[in-house]
Amino acid sequence: MAGSWSRFNIISLTLGFAFLYIPIVLLVIYSFNESRLVTVWGGFSFKWYGAMLNNSALMSAAWVTARVALISATLATILGTMAAVALTRYSQFRGRLLFSGMAVAPLVMPEVITGLSLLLLFVAVGLDRGFTTIMLAHTTFAMCYVAVVVQSRLVTFDRSLEEAAMDLGATPARAFFQVTLPVIAPAVIAGWMLAFTLSLDDLVIASFTSGPGATTLPMKIYSQVRLGVTPEINAISTVLIGIVTVGVLAASLFNKRRALRERQG
Amino acid sequence: MASLGSIRRDFAPWANPDEKPFIRFENVTKSFGSQTTAVDDLTLSIYEREFFVLLGPSGCGKTTLLRMLGGFEQPTSGRVLLDGQDLSGVPPYRRPVNMMFQSYALFPHMSVEKNIAFGLKQEGMPKAQIGERVQRMLKLVKLEKYASRKPHQLSGGQRQRVALARALAKRPKVLLLDEPLGALDKKLREETQFELMDLQQELGLTFVIVTHDQDEAMTMADRIAVMDAGKVLQVATPAEIYEAPNSRFVAEFIGNINIFDGQIVEKTGSAARIRDKSGTEFQIALGSNAQADGSAGLAVRPEKLQITRERPADAVNAIDGEVWDIAYMGDLTLYNLKLDDGRIIKISTINSRRRVEDALTWHDRAWVSFAPDAGVLLTR
Repeated sequence: MAGSWSRFNIISLTLGFAFLYIPIVLLVIYSFNESRLVTVWGGFSFKWYGAMLNNSALMSAAWVTARVALISATLATILGTMAAVALTRYSQFRGRLLFSGMAVAPLVMPEVITGLSLLLLFVAVGLDRGFTTIMLAHTTFAMCYVAVVVQSRLVTFDRSLEEAAMDLGATPARAFFQVTLPVIAPAVIAGWMLAFTLSLDDLVIASFTSGPGATTLPMKIYSQVRLGVTPEINAISTVLIGIVTVGVLAASLFNKRRALRERQG
Repeated sequence: MASLGSIRRDFAPWANPDEKPFIRFENVTKSFGSQTTAVDDLTLSIYEREFFVLLGPSGCGKTTLLRMLGGFEQPTSGRVLLDGQDLSGVPPYRRPVNMMFQSYALFPHMSVEKNIAFGLKQEGMPKAQIGERVQRMLKLVKLEKYASRKPHQLSGGQRQRVALARALAKRPKVLLLDEPLGALDKKLREETQFELMDLQQELGLTFVIVTHDQDEAMTMADRIAVMDAGKVLQVATPAEIYEAPNSRFVAEFIGNINIFDGQIVEKTGSAARIRDKSGTEFQIALGSNAQADGSAGLAVRPEKLQITRERPADAVNAIDGEVWDIAYMGDLTLYNLKLDDGRIIKISTINSRRRVEDALTWHDRAWVSFAPDAGVLLTR
């Protein structure tokens, strides 16, 4: 009985992973293709990585993306952490449930709607679309993710730690920065990494809120693909996959190590 | 050690009307929302160098009282005074009191040393001085070898010591301890009780402890305040609380007790006769309860009762029944005697001899007797 089940499990697992990862593996393999034709294997080579580095349009898009991701992830982490602290701390204010619901709602909001509403907002306040608007838009939606991650950590945070700090003479601000923040740091860092990766691969919201002169890498890739896939695109996509994978793995490792330490403690 | 004992022996500032209280709660009420009142119009004085224990069942408001002293809760009405100074509106970080938390609340990302130094750093004490003080605190709690360990690398007892050292490092005027020994096992708890008492005498500090453990309270306290439902029922020394409880709640909360409910039928000077429900009459010394009248309860502790096979010839108060249960505890034997109307009387006897001829056993008839001054009259 157990044997037949495990065979079924193996098959479904294999199929599931195949569906998920064969396209990605193909993309990675073809990024090392010598041939100019994307679908024909012409031998192993790094040449498209070189070409990618020399493609100034692609590189400037990558640079824009990196800056947007860095700044928006940092802003989102600060704002998201503040929101999480407020929502867990002041548990008795009127309308708390509404607020915490509103903080999470953007997570399930269709991206098209988020993008469109942000676009309308930027037009309404007369903000020129470009680097700043993309960055603000990314901050907005990544903030919710940070808030959720940090909030789930704060729920188990022992408030008497903060009280002890104050009891020993620390002002509330000092207690927060010297005790609370170091203790929840793993969750905050995980939140930052999540925000960074989300910003890195966002296409929809960036398309809505970008303007002339500010093209992110996903937008660039998307527009190039419509003209035909070049191995260069495969190369830069592979690099992106690498960064995202490292980011997500690091975030989950951070959290796992924290959980492990807490269990020992 | 002898000197510490003699300090304790003569210590009774509460008995001196000229002595000024060090900590004073004046008509303090604390409500959470409109429904729950944690502390209800409470007035209480605690004296300098006193080892004061707040004792009560969970939810009686004792922790809230402690937290108001620490500054973590503000009284809804009334005042809290420390050394004559009104503490209203003074935040925790400006109060000359330190607290040891029930969970210890050690900072997990700091070493033992850094934990202890935390409060001193907030004060802006010079580094060299901090190092010196930390070393002294480590020595005091015998943790010199563990200075660089993180809290999660310590045992429960060691963590408790770090928490104590951290709270004492700033030399507070008052140390507040919230269930300080609750997380320790029984043996360690008993050892630590005596260590805490010696430490308190040595440092000459005022300790205010919250506990729900009556043994702990009896062992350590100069005075105990027994609390229930936000009110203080009795404030007295452990011996007074045990031998002369002022109410049923206090009598029943601390130790075991038998209460004979009845009516006072006759009062002559300092003595009274009380007739219980079964019609048996008892003689009782009125003591401090001279005003008692009407219905009252006669409360006698199990060890103040004698149990015998025959009614002792000179017994003033005696009642008979059937031996219902016997619990042999080694040093003591506990008997449950079932009276003819079904009530159970608890008696404890000391096993001062190794063997007893003709010992009482299950279903034997027996008499329980006590002297007129063995019990207290309870009117509330």
